[in-house]
Amino acid sequence: MSEDREMLPLADAKDAKTRAAAWLERRDRADWSESDQAELDKWLVESPGNLLAYWRVEAAWDNTNRLIAVRPFERRPPAPDTRGKWISALVKLVAGCAAIAVLGGGFLLFTPRAKEQSYTTPIGGHEVVSLADGSQIELNTDTVVRTDVSPDHRFAAIDKGEAYFQIAHDTKHPFVVQAGQRRITVLGTKFFVRQTADRLEVALLDGRIWFDANNRELQPQAMLLSPGDVAIATPTSVFLKRASEQQLTSELGWRKGVLIFDNTALADAAAEFNRYNTRHIVIDDKAVAQLKVVGTFPKQDLSAFVDVAQEVFNLRVDRRGDTIVITR
Amino acid sequence: MVETPESNREERSAPFLGAGMGSPEVKAWFLREVLPLESLLMQFLRHNWKEQGDVEDILHDVYIRVYEAACRQIPDQTKPFVFTTARNLLISRVRKRQVIPIEAVADLDALGIAMDSPGPDRSAIARDELRRLQQAIDKLPPRLREALILRRVEGLSRGEIALRMNVSEASVSAYLMDGMYALADLLYAAPGEKA
Repeated sequence: MSEDREMLPLADAKDAKTRAAAWLERRDRADWSESDQAELDKWLVESPGNLLAYWRVEAAWDNTNRLIAVRPFERRPPAPDTRGKWISALVKLVAGCAAIAVLGGGFLLFTPRAKEQSYTTPIGGHEVVSLADGSQIELNTDTVVRTDVSPDHRFAAIDKGEAYFQIAHDTKHPFVVQAGQRRITVLGTKFFVRQTADRLEVALLDGRIWFDANNRELQPQAMLLSPGDVAIATPTSVFLKRASEQQLTSELGWRKGVLIFDNTALADAAAEFNRYNTRHIVIDDKAVAQLKVVGTFPKQDLSAFVDVAQEVFNLRVDRRGDTIVITR
Repeated sequence: MVETPESNREERSAPFLGAGMGSPEVKAWFLREVLPLESLLMQFLRHNWKEQGDVEDILHDVYIRVYEAACRQIPDQTKPFVFTTARNLLISRVRKRQVIPIEAVADLDALGIAMDSPGPDRSAIARDELRRLQQAIDKLPPRLREALILRRVEGLSRGEIALRMNVSEASVSAYLMDGMYALADLLYAAPGEKA
């Protein structure tokens, strides 16, 4: 740092912040013109202090986007003070989108039974469902999905199994996916959900997800997911891990009819195969279970997988009816 | 992606260009990695600088230095870089003014700022961001909050907000401007609260 820099007077932060807010307020008006923009640009290049103050206030303002981008937002009951006012504004909005009403912490789902459609895939099945709003749901093996989509209302529930959702963008009508007690709210994204008895996995590829619950106790666990986030929810808790694009693509191998393993424990790989097949692989040896598998396999070709495992690891394979037992 | 800020704006602006206007990379880095440190940085500065009235300006100075460095090269480790910059700035000011003994610039460890520790996990960040936004909006003065909500959530124009709030359009603009200013301070500068 040069000496003369130190002699400079302190930046006048308040002044820069005030001007930045004034510019942002002007820019938010309907009559903002190109010459206004040129004037703003001129002010911004005058000093980094101006630029940074502007970025900062703009970021704060943009942050409020979440109020609109991700509904339902407010979960607290209206307080008696003025806070109630803005909550009521939000509630009105939420009610307007007709997906969910937040009333004193209770949640109502408007699901006219008549319009509801149910889709089921058997073990090894794979089905693509196109919805009226342009969204697509791809059902993996052994999956049950219900949908209820109309021009003013977008809802689906995944009762079991796994599905890949490509939700058409519609900022006015959030798409809500119910998975047990948990709920996924999106405006337009790509994500997949895997629901088992005691575990729910939500992985986001694109866009944003508001992940919460329709249960008051679980509500504090609500979170906003960004691409690459994988939320794993048990009946009582949620944790989040990050996955690379490649990992997420691998997990979606089933869409192309394959299972992709990358240093996957043999036991986990076997469990994957068992989801897609009525014949089951059983691994009855701890050391064998921990062997690592790499490769891409057709999801219904159990024999190919077992043969490779047998050859590569020099294991014993006993075929007993619908069960294939792998041991040392 | 969720709707961009532009989509809620009444008019789109020209693309972000120009030499002195920062590259998109620097901007993204500044918003993503530097701004979230502001409350901790404020705490650090308040702790280490006697004249509390200067703190806001010093923070702004830290930003300018960090920004200028990032324009040359974005630092690998943002947090240590920002706090080292802040500490150097304090030390140089201490030397200049010869008012406060140099020991006043406490070790960063005193504040529990672990330089090399990984950041909090993403779920905590996401929850924390929403909680902060919530708290910031709750703390806005009522009129500013009302104007902000009407503009931002209900998407009303200034004229409509004026009618709703029974004030002039100029007042609405003033509320929004003050609201923007206050919101940025509440979001970034105010110390975080536990949920």
